[in-house]
Amino acid sequence: MALLEAEGITKHFAGITALDAVSLTVEPGEAVGLIGPNGAGKTTFFNCLLGILRPDGGTVTLAGRDITRLPTYRRARLGFGRTFQRMELFAGMTVRDHLLVAERSRLGTGRFWKDLLNLSRPTASEQERAEHTLELLGLADVADRPVEALTLGRGRLVEVGRALMTEPKLLLLDEPSSGLDAHETEALAVTLRDVQAARGTAVLLVEHDVEFVRTFATRLYVLDFGTLIAQGTTTEVLTADTVRRAYLGETV
Amino acid sequence: MTDLLTYVIQGIPFGCVFALVAIGLVLTYKTSGVFNLAFGAQAFLSAAVYYDVRVRHAWPMVPAFVLAVLVVSPLVGLLLERLIFRHLRTASPVAKLVAALGLLVAVPQIVQIWLGKGPTFGIVGVWSDDNALYRFGDFVVDGREMAVFVCTAVGVVALWALFRFAPVGLRMRAVVESPRMTELAGVNADRVSASAWMLSSFFAGLAGVLVAPFYASLSPTDFTTLLVAAIAAAAFARLTSIPLALVGGILLGISQGLMAGYLPPASLLARNLRPTLPFLALFLLLLFWPGLRTAIQSKDPLAGVDPPPLPPAAEERGRFLTIGTRVFGVAVLGVLVVCSLTVFSSYWLLIFTQAAIFATIFLSITVITGMGGQVSLSQATFAGIGAFATAQIVDTWGLGVLPTLLVGAALAAAVGALLAIPALRLGGVFLSLATLAFALMFESVFVPLDWVGGGIRPLRVPRPAGLNDDKMFFLFCVLVLAAVAGLVVLIRKGTTGRFLDALRGSDVAAQSIGINPARARILAFAVSAGIAGLGGGLLATQKGIAQPADFGFFFSLFFVVVVVTLGARTVEGAISAGLGIMLMPEILKWAGLSPSWQFVLFGLGAITYARHPEGVLESNKRRSLAFVERRLPRRWRGPGGSGAPPGAAPAADAGALPPVAAAHVRGGSIGDKLGGT
Repeated sequence: MALLEAEGITKHFAGITALDAVSLTVEPGEAVGLIGPNGAGKTTFFNCLLGILRPDGGTVTLAGRDITRLPTYRRARLGFGRTFQRMELFAGMTVRDHLLVAERSRLGTGRFWKDLLNLSRPTASEQERAEHTLELLGLADVADRPVEALTLGRGRLVEVGRALMTEPKLLLLDEPSSGLDAHETEALAVTLRDVQAARGTAVLLVEHDVEFVRTFATRLYVLDFGTLIAQGTTTEVLTADTVRRAYLGETV
Repeated sequence: MTDLLTYVIQGIPFGCVFALVAIGLVLTYKTSGVFNLAFGAQAFLSAAVYYDVRVRHAWPMVPAFVLAVLVVSPLVGLLLERLIFRHLRTASPVAKLVAALGLLVAVPQIVQIWLGKGPTFGIVGVWSDDNALYRFGDFVVDGREMAVFVCTAVGVVALWALFRFAPVGLRMRAVVESPRMTELAGVNADRVSASAWMLSSFFAGLAGVLVAPFYASLSPTDFTTLLVAAIAAAAFARLTSIPLALVGGILLGISQGLMAGYLPPASLLARNLRPTLPFLALFLLLLFWPGLRTAIQSKDPLAGVDPPPLPPAAEERGRFLTIGTRVFGVAVLGVLVVCSLTVFSSYWLLIFTQAAIFATIFLSITVITGMGGQVSLSQATFAGIGAFATAQIVDTWGLGVLPTLLVGAALAAAVGALLAIPALRLGGVFLSLATLAFALMFESVFVPLDWVGGGIRPLRVPRPAGLNDDKMFFLFCVLVLAAVAGLVVLIRKGTTGRFLDALRGSDVAAQSIGINPARARILAFAVSAGIAGLGGGLLATQKGIAQPADFGFFFSLFFVVVVVTLGARTVEGAISAGLGIMLMPEILKWAGLSPSWQFVLFGLGAITYARHPEGVLESNKRRSLAFVERRLPRRWRGPGGSGAPPGAAPAADAGALPPVAAAHVRGGSIGDKLGGT
């Protein structure tokens, strides 16, 4: 059974069809790419998966459970982890705190009465798991710095780490290379591949950078004007004529 | 049938006045992203100017009208835009709201100080004869109403013509439609926003001058009602459509007219409902008007034109200094407490007792605004609920005062949670407006009821046994304050506080790791309301009576303004705010100034919030700590050195760099210098 099944997702905005019956599946442990030119509907699709937008038609199923009508935070608890195209970090918090907050949220052990009795401090096992993730992502040296003091590349790693702390079944990466230079992109790709190999987390990647997608995803979907125009293995898709036309224009 | 029409026509003049202010609200909101709560105050100002020159100095109508409506009103708008709101362009919605709140508190007080204590009777309108009667078939219209009809019609037609034919109108329309596209097309949005501010302030001023003759004397309260009605009309227009704002205002006026006509004049409904209709309408519209929730997505039209300013960096100072400042703070408070108990006179003991009580109430704002990131304008109402509940329960069931204080707090917390459940769907400015509407509704509908505010019977609260002595009671208040402060610190450090921090940092990101935003915020609201309720009960116990006058909505605004100015994030902020509002009148008295100046000073102080979101106090503390730290031996310094005053960097610094990268440039250099020790 597929881990994620999006079936016929349709979304209209004031007369414009942003998504027209888009279907997509991700198997457990698989790395899937979703590409398409600007305005193709990638972000809209992403938002429909995450519950930030409510699709006008279609269903989203995660591990056999229909989550089409669940709010974002419930989907996160069921196994979605995500990063953002435009960095969304918790201002003023340290890197370690980002991970610890996510860990506490995953465990769901926070209680108001525990706060009042000062029983809410991070436990040894929470600290240990945070430490582990910090090392996995190479963030140990900045663990106690506020996130404002990080480069974009490392900031994105904090987002990845925060998502990983919730033990996601599926990691949704929204243009992870945006704003990064070639070197940082390369480093991010390496780290993500390590993480995927170590944890067996499935990844759905929305990306502009074709090189990044080529090295990372095994299977691709291509969106253009709200419809899927191609799908298949990465090499198949990237050489297909329809895809080249969508990206490069009719005449080439 | 004629009755119906008569009532409708009676309602229209007020409706027109509501509509004029509502048009201004929509115009500035769409062009500058500011929901200008100060329009009510600006209307009051223009009415006062007109009254002063027309009545006191006996100017003829035309020059008086020109001065008050055509000169002063737009000028005030221009000044506000230039001096304050232009610099808040990219500030958070909360910062914009707080600045407008500060003005709403300060401006009417300035006007009243200027008007003096004397009576302001005999307000004259702009019509040749206010009492002249004009017959149109069966209907009779007097001069004041004629003035409203004519001026509104002229104003609306002029606005239409401006939008239709003048270049500035076209640009304004473009900015209203899409500010970002307009900027990209090379239109100077600053100038457009300045024109919009002048234009909308002109409408507010016109409304003020037109509505004044309907009242017996000039009082800021009437203009608050005007403001709330206008907000309701603007909410009806979903804060986007000027024609709908006009329709909304007139509909509200007509409903008021119909109620005046059809409800039996002596009935409870008529007495309570009619004057509170705008409050009720606003509350219901905010909660149930479809489209308003989706309108929220465009809440900050100009955000994104420039990169937003950096949030204040986390404190990076050394352990030594953190402990040092805490010890110092506690020592100062300790000395104050000991002196109050031994040296100070009973007058000063009373002042410090009330300071402790207000500090307790202010801690509720630390929770909801500092931690929760929401501006609630009903904290004094929650304090009132606590006070009335304490008084009523002690009176009815004869329970002990101490346990009853807790019951009152619990009741306030429950009301807070109930209010939060629908209001939190709104968020941002709308949430604040909903709490404002709730505060006004509570004050005018519930407080007059016997079982709430006691009616004509004063609600006495006895002192708890063993605390009859003022010194003992002072100690008790200090203990309560310490306990609540400890509670707030524990919540802030605990899971609840961390989750709220995460939500404040980034709502979407917090949800993406499974944090339920509604649950965390309802909890914050309930805790905050509970703390306010406890403080309110304490205040009533201290005074020996629960008076509605102590818990009016104006105090809610004032409290928020004071706490936010001094520092909403920290317990010290709340304590200094408590000391501040008790000591400020004493300082003013000593300086020979009217106590009203305290509202002016704190109100204008709130405008600094955009520059120091952590509060003036905290910002100065950080700056002086950075100064001390530079002179300390290396091993005592903090990890980041804290050389830069955090959060003080204006947005312009960041230039085109994305926020995180910009922070790296600034923060990184400091870290490198100190080797990250």
